[in-house]
Amino acid sequence: MSELEFRKAIRDALDEEIARDPSVVFFGEDVAAAGGVFMTTPGLHEKHGQDRVFDTPISELAMAGAAFGAAVTGLRPVIEIMFGDFMALPMDSLVNQSAKYWYVSNEQASVPLVVRSAVGAGGRFGAMHSQIHGTWFQSIPGIKVVGPSSPADAKGLLKSAIRDDNPVIFLEHKRLYSMKGPEPTEETVPLGKAAVVREGADVTIVSALRGVKDSLDAAEQLAGDGVDAEVVDIRSLRPLDHETVLGSVAKTNRLLIVEEGARVGGWAGNLLGIVAAEGLEELDDAWIVATEDTPAPYSPTLEDAWLPGPAEIAAAVRERLGVAAAS
Amino acid sequence: MAGTQTERAHEMQDRPGESPAEYLDRYGRMRLIRRFEEEIQRLFLKGEVHGTTHLSAGQEAVPVGVCSALQPDDYVAGTYRGHGHALAKGTDPEALAAEMLGRVTGICGGRAGSMNVIDLEHGLVGCFGIVGGSIAAATGAAISAQRQGRVAVAFFGDGASNQGYFHECLNWAQVFDLPLVFVCENNFYGEFTPMASVTAGGEIGIRAASFGMQSQVVDGNDLWAVREAALDAVGRARGGDGPTLLECQTYRHYGHSKSDPGKYRPPEEVDRWLARDPLDLTRARLLDLGLSEDDLAKRDAEIDAQIDRAVEGALAAAYPDPAQTPGSEFKE
Repeated sequence: MSELEFRKAIRDALDEEIARDPSVVFFGEDVAAAGGVFMTTPGLHEKHGQDRVFDTPISELAMAGAAFGAAVTGLRPVIEIMFGDFMALPMDSLVNQSAKYWYVSNEQASVPLVVRSAVGAGGRFGAMHSQIHGTWFQSIPGIKVVGPSSPADAKGLLKSAIRDDNPVIFLEHKRLYSMKGPEPTEETVPLGKAAVVREGADVTIVSALRGVKDSLDAAEQLAGDGVDAEVVDIRSLRPLDHETVLGSVAKTNRLLIVEEGARVGGWAGNLLGIVAAEGLEELDDAWIVATEDTPAPYSPTLEDAWLPGPAEIAAAVRERLGVAAAS
Repeated sequence: MAGTQTERAHEMQDRPGESPAEYLDRYGRMRLIRRFEEEIQRLFLKGEVHGTTHLSAGQEAVPVGVCSALQPDDYVAGTYRGHGHALAKGTDPEALAAEMLGRVTGICGGRAGSMNVIDLEHGLVGCFGIVGGSIAAATGAAISAQRQGRVAVAFFGDGASNQGYFHECLNWAQVFDLPLVFVCENNFYGEFTPMASVTAGGEIGIRAASFGMQSQVVDGNDLWAVREAALDAVGRARGGDGPTLLECQTYRHYGHSKSDPGKYRPPEEVDRWLARDPLDLTRARLLDLGLSEDDLAKRDAEIDAQIDRAVEGALAAAYPDPAQTPGSEFKE
């Protein structure tokens, strides 16, 4: 059975959507001639030409502003803000222009743009190249925030994001680029819907991006300890599909949310709060595993302690449930 | 070109687009803006216009002169002081007034208010409450315009020339040869602060040179001068020869916003600029070109009647009912 690499899934989605729709354009820093710093977009510039795929100056604010202006005048731009940490730079255009236009214009036009970025820690890139900006935008009405956990989802979600008529922030965890997984079975994956990726009965573990793989690995360990974990990939921070999580919790009655990010202000707390407000009677227990309350450190020993990996997730479940490790 | 602007106006008056009758129309549009702003001020003081508003009275020659060089399907982006930008591009005065008054018949259904007017039907990509936002919006519109055979114009103030948007977008536009005209309405004050005290180098037009870009400094109160510079810049853009920065020097008659009395401006400076009211300058030149006082009076009366009807219509309109028009976060 053939396998698809995550970075190729991204590239293929872009390639196919640029070919499919003449109004799609893709630009960013070192995305065209160099094919992207994570080698996600090689060959697209050569295949589709300067009009469709081009490199830009290091001007994140102008890039987002240009994408916004182009998006309300007939184009469908996909831009790459190289690292999620750089998203503070184009914030004004994304928040005050793109996110607000559909509503403030009284629906004269929407803003069909996609902002892709590499996010996440574990690569020893240090504090300014390791953040996940999903939560920076989760509270802004008018902007969608999604991120895949697998190659198949990467392709399907990115295609949906490009076809969506609204601004979409697309999170690509940098420690997923080399992941291999099954080819997609559907062409698109809907935005705004979570997915149960492992069925179980004893506890619901919700995570996102790289955290989903870590939670699945933890679930394997826990199975050996007699704990049957259901794993949910939240996939979308805005809109937030709390209903799928509620459905899972109705079965397991225990909710653990694993987030690569700080506890206060994280999407985990937001989701837990909404689930508690809507379905408190289903919950016997609800808690969060988050990163330490510091910026991401560089040294491997520090960064590994900062990040919750499969062992930490499994240990957190065993401790909470009062279950001993099997071995 | 040799000669004063007045001499050139005489020389050119037989050319297409340059007749006194056509300038009378443009004068009418300037007066439309002036009377609109006066009405908004009156309604604001009566509590009918909410929040805050920023009036462009005194600056009319700039948007009217620039838009006179554009086609209807060209794009403009304006500022929070943007009623003139909207009216010059063709926005309906009654729909604009209704928007200021928060009525459901407003150009944005009452959702936008004074600072964020959007009228895509007339090519007004938007007016932006964030200083410099218009520069980015027009840069993006220019990317589309480049593929559509159109031109985009960014209106912004002297304050915006120090914003990140200005520097990034001028560089970007020149790198990509965008069909874009950057129009700086330099009214010498960024809110309450004199432009001279916060603008290194003391001049704005000259900043284009650092990007290898064409520029011109224009008497922003001379309608003929603004139009001439705009035609030049728009022609360059449409011909694929890239962007231009126009610094149009002008002055706002009112304070920055609300009922700001503008005490930070020296009285003799204010008087000097009021004596160069662009409406008065335009009237004087029209008379000089052979129109009569009657021609002007007739046009004034038509505009006044149009404004009266617009304001009356806006005041009579209903407020939006939250239950009936809740609004959606996303387009389905």
